[in-house]
Amino acid sequence: SLETLLALLTQDARRENSPNMEDVIGRMQDEKNGIPIRTVKSFLSKIPSVFSGCHFVLGLLKTPLFVPLVEALHLGTLMAAHGYFFPISDHVLTLKDDGTFYRFQTPYFWPSNCWEPENTDYAVYLCKRTMQNKARLELADYEAESLARLQRAFARKWEFIFMQAEAQAKVDKKRDKIERKILDSQERAFWDVHRPVPGCVNTTEVDIKKSSRMKNPHKTRKSVYGLQNDIRSHSPTHTPAPETKQPTEEELREQIKFWQAQLDRHRLKMSKVAESLLSYTEQYSDYDPFLSTPDPSNPWISDDTTLWEMEASKEPGQTRVRRWGFGIDEVLKDPVGREQFLKFLESEFSSENLRFWLAVQELKRRPIREVPTRVQEIWEEFLAPGAPSAINVDSKSYDKTTQNVKDPGRYAFEDAQEHIYKLMKSDSYSRFIRSSAYQELLQAKKKVKHLKQFDVSHKNCNIVKYYYNLK
Amino acid sequence: MGEIEQMKKEAEALKTQIEAARKAVHDTDMASAASGVAPAPRVQLKTRRTLKGHLAKIYAMHWSTDNRLMVSASQDGKLLIWDSHSGNKVNAVPLKSSWVMTCAYAPSGNLVASGGLDNMCTVYNLKTPVIKTVKELDAHTGYLSCARFLSDTEVLTASGDTTCALWDLETGKQKTVFLNHVGDCMCLSLSPDMNSFVSGACDSLAKLWDIRDGQCKQTFLGHTSDINAISFYPGGNAIITGSDDCTCKMYDLRADQEVISYQDAALNSGVTSLALSMSGRLIFAGYDDFNCNIWDSLKGEKVGVLSGHDNRVSCTGVPPDGMCVCTGSWDSFLKIWN
Repeated sequence: SLETLLALLTQDARRENSPNMEDVIGRMQDEKNGIPIRTVKSFLSKIPSVFSGCHFVLGLLKTPLFVPLVEALHLGTLMAAHGYFFPISDHVLTLKDDGTFYRFQTPYFWPSNCWEPENTDYAVYLCKRTMQNKARLELADYEAESLARLQRAFARKWEFIFMQAEAQAKVDKKRDKIERKILDSQERAFWDVHRPVPGCVNTTEVDIKKSSRMKNPHKTRKSVYGLQNDIRSHSPTHTPAPETKQPTEEELREQIKFWQAQLDRHRLKMSKVAESLLSYTEQYSDYDPFLSTPDPSNPWISDDTTLWEMEASKEPGQTRVRRWGFGIDEVLKDPVGREQFLKFLESEFSSENLRFWLAVQELKRRPIREVPTRVQEIWEEFLAPGAPSAINVDSKSYDKTTQNVKDPGRYAFEDAQEHIYKLMKSDSYSRFIRSSAYQELLQAKKKVKHLKQFDVSHKNCNIVKYYYNLK
Repeated sequence: MGEIEQMKKEAEALKTQIEAARKAVHDTDMASAASGVAPAPRVQLKTRRTLKGHLAKIYAMHWSTDNRLMVSASQDGKLLIWDSHSGNKVNAVPLKSSWVMTCAYAPSGNLVASGGLDNMCTVYNLKTPVIKTVKELDAHTGYLSCARFLSDTEVLTASGDTTCALWDLETGKQKTVFLNHVGDCMCLSLSPDMNSFVSGACDSLAKLWDIRDGQCKQTFLGHTSDINAISFYPGGNAIITGSDDCTCKMYDLRADQEVISYQDAALNSGVTSLALSMSGRLIFAGYDDFNCNIWDSLKGEKVGVLSGHDNRVSCTGVPPDGMCVCTGSWDSFLKIWN
């Protein structure tokens, strides 16, 4: 990719047989074989040292980068975005394949120098601009805003910043007019990269999660203008990394215990694991909207929200019911599945296990102040001697739970819940899936105006039940 | 001093033995095992929605369990709640600190959370007539890189102070602190059964934790740089990680090791974020180079690219029903694709 190419080009270290940015630009600037760089007349003045965009593109094709024409423009734009050259009449750093004029950036300001200029430098720069009486140096709105912000931030250091700006402005005045034009534009282009015009991508920006660790030692922390250390500000994103310390004996003991436990883990063979992952993905591929077309349609494509309405309704569709057959977890995580499962178990007068499981799940969501009371209630209902919905738990879990209940927390029933879960999985769940109630749901016809069933009571000669499935 | 040296040696020896034990069960690799599987369809996704509204880099996004609402966080100092199907902004939450790194939607839909360089996780109630700050969870000594709700009463956080923590929202206090990483924690993912979670950190390790007892149960090695993104595989038996070393990896919890690595010699940018399709077959991974690559998780092959952002893809997310994938970028836009 072009970004990769650019990254390679901006590396400091020279790679074997691979051109770096110095080579490429050097080639372009070569008097004999490079692109035409000249002074252009404009109104009452001259524009020194510029080249046109189309010549730059042609020049790129001649370099040893072997970039095809179609990508040359993109690569050139990336080079501009990173600050190797810039348009002279604009601050949007892109390359146009036409007569637009550009100028090369001076090597001092190249990104390969790994600059990370600070706000004090920027403050000096903006302040200096206000001291120079040229229309072309007038601050843009966003620059004026930045200057105002910086003045507030550096209120105590402002005198020093002002003096620096003044000193630089003095030096600039002494320079040759043409030289000044070029240097001013190059300095401005540098700031266009590091403090971009609003709306432009800042190619130098680092993720704040990374910059706050100051991990990159290659970034130059020295001031662009040679300002001293004590004057420079501390960016809110820079905090020094903590020193790594030697582990104590206690810590090492813990580590050994940890690694021993890791070693003792049972590991499953990769072949088994692969088989399991493959079968899982296979099973769910019908339900994956990226692999199978959803029925009736994907709301994002068709703009038809029927699918979501169906999901929200209490009447589960066939595909949804089929999914419950994949495993007990599917039933437990679907609210309609839970409802149907509970209904079935109630019809068999064996719902206490599921009700216990649901109660413990709900307990874990409660605010901490409600937990002790709730734990007591669950204990009374399901586990205490003479409990109305007594569940059967192994003696080990029962003893542990008895202890936990004395000092009740959210996880008081973890062991019991796990035991009950295993019971449900092997017993109640399989009965549910084999039940006629479930099978009927599975056979449910599509949502069509349909007279499903009606029954005439002999006593009342009334129609007792009939169902319509309405679209 | 001799005692410490001896113990260090012992720890190292154990680690070597663990590696040997892992090798012993490595009787095949995922790519070979998946050779018989039909290839995933060549994925060419279209942008279905572009959500415009943020004024600066988007750092994070999270889907609501209703598959339509989502929350996004940007350096413009706002959390935006979107009805992404209609494209409408439902709510805007102004943040005290604009250096936000993460946001989260509670499963109930009642609460959202955000956090970042302020080292805090702030929880907001969306259901009150005016959005109110419910709690400021303040105890981390480093930036907040990731937050996730277990319910309306508990929140899990990952922090640059190298710890993860479980908080009680009622009291605003940390109930459990998960200590074991030696680098900034960058991301976390809850297991489907909510009893455990995995974290990725700058020490290039991924760790599995038991929420109930606070212990680190497993450690996964293999990456050579910061792990920026992590996600449980849908079945709960495997995890996928994305790193600055430009690769994504799948680790299986049962085999206790890396199962497959998703990499390409041409890819030289770090992975910033990742999300899985509903069956786990597809991995949507966002990279520094402005693209999002789509991987076949079983075969380890690249099957597509999402290009359309003008800057880094910082976050990705697939809603629970898997109907689409959302990418959020430093270009200030969110895009919905399928």
